[in-house]
Amino acid sequence: MSEAAEPLLSIRELRVEFATDAGPVPAVRGIDLQITAGETVALVGESGSGKSVTAMSVMRLTEGQIAAGSIHFQGRDLASVPEAELRSIRGGQIGMIFQEPMTSLNPVFTIGRQIEEVLVLHQRLSGRAARAQALELLQRVGIPAPERRLTQYPHELSGGMKQRVMLAIAIACRPRLLIADEPTTALDVTIQAQIMELLRSLQREFGMAVLLITHDLGVVAHFAERVLVMYAGKIVEQGSVRDVFKRASHPYTQALLAALPDPLKPAKRLEAIPGRVPSPSLLPRGCAFCARCAYAFEPCPDRQPPLYPVGDAHSAACFLRQP
Amino acid sequence: MSIPVDPTPEALALGASHPDAEALGLAETPAQQLWRTFRKDRLAMLGLYVLVALVIVALLGNLLTGWWVVFDPATVRLPDKLLPPLSHASSALSKDLRPPFEAYPFGTDELGRSVFARMLQGSFVSLSVGIVAVSISLGIGVTVGGLAGFYGQRKIGPFSVDTLLMRFTDVVLCFPTFFLILTVVALLPPSIYNIMIVIGITSWMSTARFVRAEFLALREQDFVTAAKALGLPEWRIIFRHMIPNALAPVLVSATINVAHAILTESALSFLGFGVRPPYATWGNILADGRSYIFDAPWLFLIPGAAILLVVLSFNLVGEGLRDALNPKLRKRAG
Repeated sequence: MSEAAEPLLSIRELRVEFATDAGPVPAVRGIDLQITAGETVALVGESGSGKSVTAMSVMRLTEGQIAAGSIHFQGRDLASVPEAELRSIRGGQIGMIFQEPMTSLNPVFTIGRQIEEVLVLHQRLSGRAARAQALELLQRVGIPAPERRLTQYPHELSGGMKQRVMLAIAIACRPRLLIADEPTTALDVTIQAQIMELLRSLQREFGMAVLLITHDLGVVAHFAERVLVMYAGKIVEQGSVRDVFKRASHPYTQALLAALPDPLKPAKRLEAIPGRVPSPSLLPRGCAFCARCAYAFEPCPDRQPPLYPVGDAHSAACFLRQP
Repeated sequence: MSIPVDPTPEALALGASHPDAEALGLAETPAQQLWRTFRKDRLAMLGLYVLVALVIVALLGNLLTGWWVVFDPATVRLPDKLLPPLSHASSALSKDLRPPFEAYPFGTDELGRSVFARMLQGSFVSLSVGIVAVSISLGIGVTVGGLAGFYGQRKIGPFSVDTLLMRFTDVVLCFPTFFLILTVVALLPPSIYNIMIVIGITSWMSTARFVRAEFLALREQDFVTAAKALGLPEWRIIFRHMIPNALAPVLVSATINVAHAILTESALSFLGFGVRPPYATWGNILADGRSYIFDAPWLFLIPGAAILLVVLSFNLVGEGLRDALNPKLRKRAG
């Protein structure tokens, strides 16, 4: 088994459950996901589809329990490594940025101290070296007047600036993998594009793999190489971005794409998917989408469809695609 | 002092926005912001001035009474007993017993001891009792509240950590504190350190509750998750990231608790359970003056006024801090 062929991150049969008074409720129901070094993989889904829980599980930051499955990262199973070992991976080899840059920085410390903290912790830099490196990082993420920013507090920065700072902290230790959990959701559209461009250029420079969690199909189309569509805790379709967008094979993916507004036909009413995501505590026995699916037929309510191959590295979990 | 620097070419190439005026405005630390708001509260500032003066007087008094024999608060000058404030020392006194400047600014008591010197000594006792007791109560309160807030969900046997710690807090809260202190002090040898410790361990409950509430809110904050995602150890997240954010209400309650501790110490000394008599505290000066209410009213008026002033000042400063730390009352610049 050569190093190159082995994926950087390999999630197998991951199940994450939340303990409630009514018993365990599954948020992620057995998903597989591989990311090779340097690649960008997007995980798409509605709110509550389990995409964020999946991302947080990689760092073991979820409140839920990892009930089954493994998360292999560079030969170690993150689902079972001891906490101390996990800490050296968090922030060191895996970086993470969050949805809300406004609240993800500690309000009582300066930007500089927050960047230096990671550098001192993981790279054992001295205070002076850490400060120099922090300055360099701020320059790298395109923050104007970085010397001054170092001594500023988070409330003095705009949302876009804060997300740049979060990126600077996340890449401070040159991680092999960056998890971006809806990095642009809280930002306005012009800033979104800047942040995504920055993310892409950083990825090229450092050769990081990126796991991008989003519900924005536009972002997926522009930045990801591969995409996995999640619905109710399962992956319903996966493949290259081109394949999934051009030949969507699962009715859910098709409906999602149909729901995108077409600027050339402004008069047309927006398509919506009828119904709502089933509650994770009341999942049907069969396909979770079947109640909302226009094509549902006889096996759908009773059996869960496996992922059927529909093309080169492209598969969909739908009985319609049964060979 | 940082020097404004033009955006680097790379920054501009990446489409960074122009440095906007507001974001580049004067960097103000949270402490500076707090001070700016606090300064506008006149009553709180008055309280602060009184307290600063008192700290100086207490420290100075401790030096003077310790080193300067004529200033000794325990010097008995029987010919000069029960002199009113601002009276001169009588000529009957031997030379080495004469007070500084031949005067008693606050008069003398029934043994001819200078009330001024005794008040000086007492101010040091009162302040140190207040500060040490509150430090002890803060230590216990922050630890108990922090543990309950951060590790509350962990189970020990059938109960969660939160249940165990907070019900214990409720139990302690149920004790009639003053009688508990009286009992403990009556059993222990009368020493000022015992009093500090006893007051400290009976006044941490409200701090614990504040800190727990703050921690419950803080642990759900994104920056705490972000700190975990950066691989920071738990102790560092608690001490470096959460406690500084939970400090505001703690600071307010600590200030008001100091006033409370001073009052408790005075009450104990007044009742004779406090500091051993030759050593002066405001409480026992007041207690001694009780028998001479009509003959020598300064003996109870002076320590009484001092206690009132200090407690009032601490409370005013506490209220001022509370307002200054409340973002809803905080006004922007000006």
